[in-house]
Amino acid sequence: MKRDILVACTLALLFAVAGAIAQQRLETIVTLCDNETEIVIAGLKPGQALEHGAAFQVADRFMDEWKKKNPGSNWIMAMNMKPGPPIAMQVRRTAAAEPVSATKQAGVYSGFTAADEFIWKTELDKFVAEGNRIFHDAQAVGGTIGVSCDMCHPNAANTHPETYPKYQVQMQKVALLRDMINWCIQHPAKGKPLADDDPKLRAMEAYIMAQRAGKAMEPGKH
Amino acid sequence: MPAKHKSVETKWYEAREAVMRTVPHLGRRDFFNVMGASAAAIMAKGLLPPHSFQLVEVAHAQAPKPEKFTFAYVSDTHLYSPKLNDQFIRAAMRAVEDVNRLDPQPDFVLFGGDLAQLGAKEELDIGRQILKDLKAPLRMMVGEHDWYLDMGDQWRDYFGKETYSFDHKGVHFVVLMSVMEKDFWTARGLTPEQRMKTVAGLDNSTQSAFEVGAPQRQWMSDDLAKVDKKTPVVVFSHSPLYKYYRNWNFWTDDADEVQAILKKFDNVTVIHGHTHQVLSNRIGNINFHGLLSTAWPWPYAPEGLPKLTVAMDRSNPFSPLDGCGDGRIDMNADGLADMIYNLWERNPMTVPASYLKSLGKTNLPSATMLKTY
Repeated sequence: MKRDILVACTLALLFAVAGAIAQQRLETIVTLCDNETEIVIAGLKPGQALEHGAAFQVADRFMDEWKKKNPGSNWIMAMNMKPGPPIAMQVRRTAAAEPVSATKQAGVYSGFTAADEFIWKTELDKFVAEGNRIFHDAQAVGGTIGVSCDMCHPNAANTHPETYPKYQVQMQKVALLRDMINWCIQHPAKGKPLADDDPKLRAMEAYIMAQRAGKAMEPGKH
Repeated sequence: MPAKHKSVETKWYEAREAVMRTVPHLGRRDFFNVMGASAAAIMAKGLLPPHSFQLVEVAHAQAPKPEKFTFAYVSDTHLYSPKLNDQFIRAAMRAVEDVNRLDPQPDFVLFGGDLAQLGAKEELDIGRQILKDLKAPLRMMVGEHDWYLDMGDQWRDYFGKETYSFDHKGVHFVVLMSVMEKDFWTARGLTPEQRMKTVAGLDNSTQSAFEVGAPQRQWMSDDLAKVDKKTPVVVFSHSPLYKYYRNWNFWTDDADEVQAILKKFDNVTVIHGHTHQVLSNRIGNINFHGLLSTAWPWPYAPEGLPKLTVAMDRSNPFSPLDGCGDGRIDMNADGLADMIYNLWERNPMTVPASYLKSLGKTNLPSATMLKTY
């Protein structure tokens, strides 16, 4: 696990040079993805990539700094348990991992690194897991008769999100998946419909769609 | 109720009664004419008549030698406390009324398990009360929703042993407790309520697979040792005694061992609850039939559906009782069972034994209109 964290942080370091940059003094200040811990790397130009070995050393320094501040803590647990809104663990610059060659294009939205994908997947999984929780909890979904979504839709089966939007004959209008989720909350679960931007509704949409990964989109299918 | 506001149901019963009143006055030839005409009308509507349509009962009367009989079923009622949710209670009561209206009455009624939703005494109480209204004798089977709060204590107190056998008109019946799970709760420190909720979640992968278990298999071998191989055997199990879909426990882990115990018999039928859907299968010498739930239908699993299953039509979420129902089982003279699914919101569906025994070559059940997604 420690190795994974190191790799993630190292890769983030290679390309995520953020914070204050003092160009004249030829040093770079890098912020760890807890958004607090900072260290100064002397002799590194902004935008310049560290060599692999040097980057690992910086990552080790980061982890040592963090552990000093948080004795006895585990990084992943601490990040997951942190109160308040989820930490913006974004990578601010995503220059290509290898030196940009003449044949490759480079831009802010290209050349995702393993660190990027690790972070994105972690964030998505958390969102889907929250949807999973609500989907399986009669009270969380706001039902009043002890009926939860999974009772008719184990693993979100028979929700077919890929067929929305479609004309829902019984509603006499074109419905989105969220309309159908809300219908189920109101009728089988006997609860109050959620607002379109309700975090619970958003999370459930994410969970339902994640269960149908790989299905072809077929809006309008009956 | 004022006479001018008769419901469709009332009108139907009045029309039926009127026909029935005239039946005793018909001569033999007239009777066959009437029945033939009704059968033709049904065929013209494109409905497959349930197998025990009166013509069949007449055949029974003329040839009394083989023991034909029927029994009915109600299954998977998933009752809640009446204070929390009465819709499943009303559905269970409807099933009891259905069965009580069967004419002739079934020899007995099988309850297919999952009487309660979370095994609570209050839930079992209301269930027991509702089932008391059945006119025909009741044969109980236990399901995982009845069991995992107190490991079956309350259920046994009300309904007796969970594993037993009996003989009826030449058929040997075996009732199993097929939803044993390996202990996943002690190591996790779960309370009885948490254990029950875990098992109640169909897609909850914390639980272990259902099994009949070695002690019960031994009991079954001993019980069947005394039974002649020509005797038809019918096994009631809550979970399907084969491997359909592990993730939802549409599955019995030691199904192969149980099937092996049944191998010596010429005709075996397994009737199971738990799957809440029309489900048919044949493995070796065994026909398998799933039961409908009165509470809600389960979707077909994403894989593993037996090829012989003619799926029931996709259920309409806007109609709370669609895909639910009860049904009847007609035991043929050869000891195999025809399954009649009494789907509440649509035409009945018959899955004859001959369809399964011919591996789908004859007597196909009616096809679905809309495929599942």
